[in-house]
Amino acid sequence: MLDYILRRLLFLVPVFFAVSFIIFMIIHLVPGDPIDHILQVGSTAEQRAAFTARYGLDKPLLAQYGIWLTKLAAGDLGEAIILRQPVTDLILQNLPHSLTLGSLALVFSTFVGIAAGAIAALNRNGWTDRSVMTVILFGSTVPSFWLGLLLILLFAVQLEWLPVSGARSAASLVLPVLTVGLGGVALIARVTRAAMLDIARRDFILMLHAKGLSPWRIHLRHVLRHAMLPVVTILGLRIGWILGGAVTIEYVFARPGLGSLLITSLGQRDYPVVQGCLLMLAIAVMLGTLLGDIVQAAMDPRIREGAR
Amino acid sequence: MAANRSVLARTLLTPRGGIAAGFLAVTVACALLSPWIAPYAYDLQNLSQANREPSALHWLGTDEFGRDLLSRIIWGARTSLAVGVTSIAASVICGMTLGAAAGYFGGAFDRAVTAVVDLTWSFPEILIALIFVAIIGPGLNSTAIAIAIGYLAQFTRLTRAQVMALKTETYVEATISLGAGHLYVLFRRILPNALTPVVVAGMLATGDAIILEATLGFFGLGAQPPTPSWGAMMSSGTAQIFIAPWIIIFPGLAIAATVIAINQFGDALIDALDIRGRLREG
Repeated sequence: MLDYILRRLLFLVPVFFAVSFIIFMIIHLVPGDPIDHILQVGSTAEQRAAFTARYGLDKPLLAQYGIWLTKLAAGDLGEAIILRQPVTDLILQNLPHSLTLGSLALVFSTFVGIAAGAIAALNRNGWTDRSVMTVILFGSTVPSFWLGLLLILLFAVQLEWLPVSGARSAASLVLPVLTVGLGGVALIARVTRAAMLDIARRDFILMLHAKGLSPWRIHLRHVLRHAMLPVVTILGLRIGWILGGAVTIEYVFARPGLGSLLITSLGQRDYPVVQGCLLMLAIAVMLGTLLGDIVQAAMDPRIREGAR
Repeated sequence: MAANRSVLARTLLTPRGGIAAGFLAVTVACALLSPWIAPYAYDLQNLSQANREPSALHWLGTDEFGRDLLSRIIWGARTSLAVGVTSIAASVICGMTLGAAAGYFGGAFDRAVTAVVDLTWSFPEILIALIFVAIIGPGLNSTAIAIAIGYLAQFTRLTRAQVMALKTETYVEATISLGAGHLYVLFRRILPNALTPVVVAGMLATGDAIILEATLGFFGLGAQPPTPSWGAMMSSGTAQIFIAPWIIIFPGLAIAATVIAINQFGDALIDALDIRGRLREG
C-alpha cells in the first residue's frame, strides 16, 4: 500500500512541474511587457531598469522559472500589485475558508449522494425514485451560481432564516455548502443508483435471496457495499470538479476564500495573486485526486497490484 | 440519407425529444431574429422605469437602468448560443484532429497527446478556463477560446478511443490490403464511423459551455456591458436582490431551460442512435 502511495506521489512530480510552468508563464503570455502591469504609468527609464532587475525579468525564461520555483519553495509568491501585501499572506488568510467549504461540501455530497442513490435504487421506477432523480436532474443541470442566488432569495431574503453573505457565523456556511454540494450529490446519486441496480442483478445476490436472507440485509450489507467501488472511482475522478464548484460559489456568497480572491484579482489584473491562487487550486485538485486514488486502492487490492 | 432521416424522426417522435427540440427551435429563433422579436432595444435605458416588476408594458420587468428584461433575455440568447456553439465546434474540430492522429498513428505522438489529456482531465473546466482568461484577458472572445480549450481533452480522448477501436476492424484491414494510403484510410474509412459519438458528445457539451459562459459573465470576466449576456445580467442583479429579484430569476430560468432542453434532446438522440455504450469509451 505504501508502495502504491509513493508511486502515485512520484507520478505527481512531472504534473506539478507542467502545471506550475503554465501558471508561471501567465505573466509572460499576457499581451504587453509584464513590467507595464507592475509599474505605474509615467515611470522613468531608470525605474523600469530597476524593476526589471528586481523581478529578474532580464534573465532567460527558464532561469526566471527556476528562481520563481526556488522562491516558491521558500513560501515566497511575490507581492500583490493592488493589495500591496505578500501573496503568501493573502493566500494564508483565505485558504482556511476555502478548505472548510470544500471539505464540508465533499462530505455532504458523498453522504447525501449515496443515500439518495440508494433510496432511488430501492424504489426503482416508483414515485420516490422518479422524484429523487428529477430533483437531481434539475440540481445538476442548472448553473450552480444561479442555484446559490435562488437559495439566497428563498432562505435569506424571503424567510430570513440564514445570512445573505459573508463568513461571520457557522450559519453562513449552510447555503454555500448546500450549493456546492448539490452538483456532487447529483453525480454520486446517479452512480450509486446505477451501480446498485447492476449489482442487484448478479448471481451472488440471487444466491443470497435463495439462502433466505432478508431483502434489507442483502441490500444494505451486500449490494450497497459492492456498489461503493464505482462510487469511489467517480469521486476520485471528479473531486477537482467538486472543489471547482467552491471557486464559483464563494464569489456568489461574497465569502472570503481562494476563489473570490482569484476572481477579484483577475478583474483587477493583479497577476502575482492570480498566479498564487491558481497554483494553490491546482495543488488542491492534484492532492484531492491523489486522495481519491488512495482510498480506491485501499478498498480494492486489484488496483494496487494492477498499477505496477 | 434515409437512415439519417429515420434517426431524426425517431428522436423527434419521443415526447421529451419533441418538446426539447421545440424549445430549442424557439431559442434559436430568438437568437437569429432578436432585432425583430425583442419589444425594446437591449440598451434602451429609462431610469424612471428602473427595477419595475413584471407588467403588461414590460412582461418580465426592468433592470436597474430601466431596460426591458425580456428584450435583454432575447438578445442574450444570441450571445449564449454564439459563444456556446462556436467554442464547442472549434473544440470538436481540434479534438478530433488530435485524437484521430494520436489513435491512428500511435507511438511517441500518441503518448504525448495522452499525457496532456490525462493531465488536464482531473482539472475542472472552470479552472482551465480561468487560467486562459488570465492570459488573454476578460471578454467574449477569450471566453470562447477558454471554453474551447477547457473541453479539448474530452473530445480528443473520445475520438482517440473510437479510432483505436475501428483501426482493428476487418474492413479497415481490407482497405489497407488494397493499397490505400494512411490519409485515405483515416479520413474515408475510419473518421466517418467515429463521427457520430463525438458530434453527439459535442452537442451535450454545448449545454455545459453555455453555463460556463454565463459563469464567466457573472464574474464580470465574459461579456462586457452593455452586451446582453444571461450571466452578466444576473451579476448586476445581485445588488438588486432585495428589491428586484426578477433580474436574477428570469435570465437563470432561460439558461436552465436551454441547458435542460439540450440535455434531453441529446439523450433522446443517443437512444435513437443506440450509441450509449460507444460514448462511455475513452
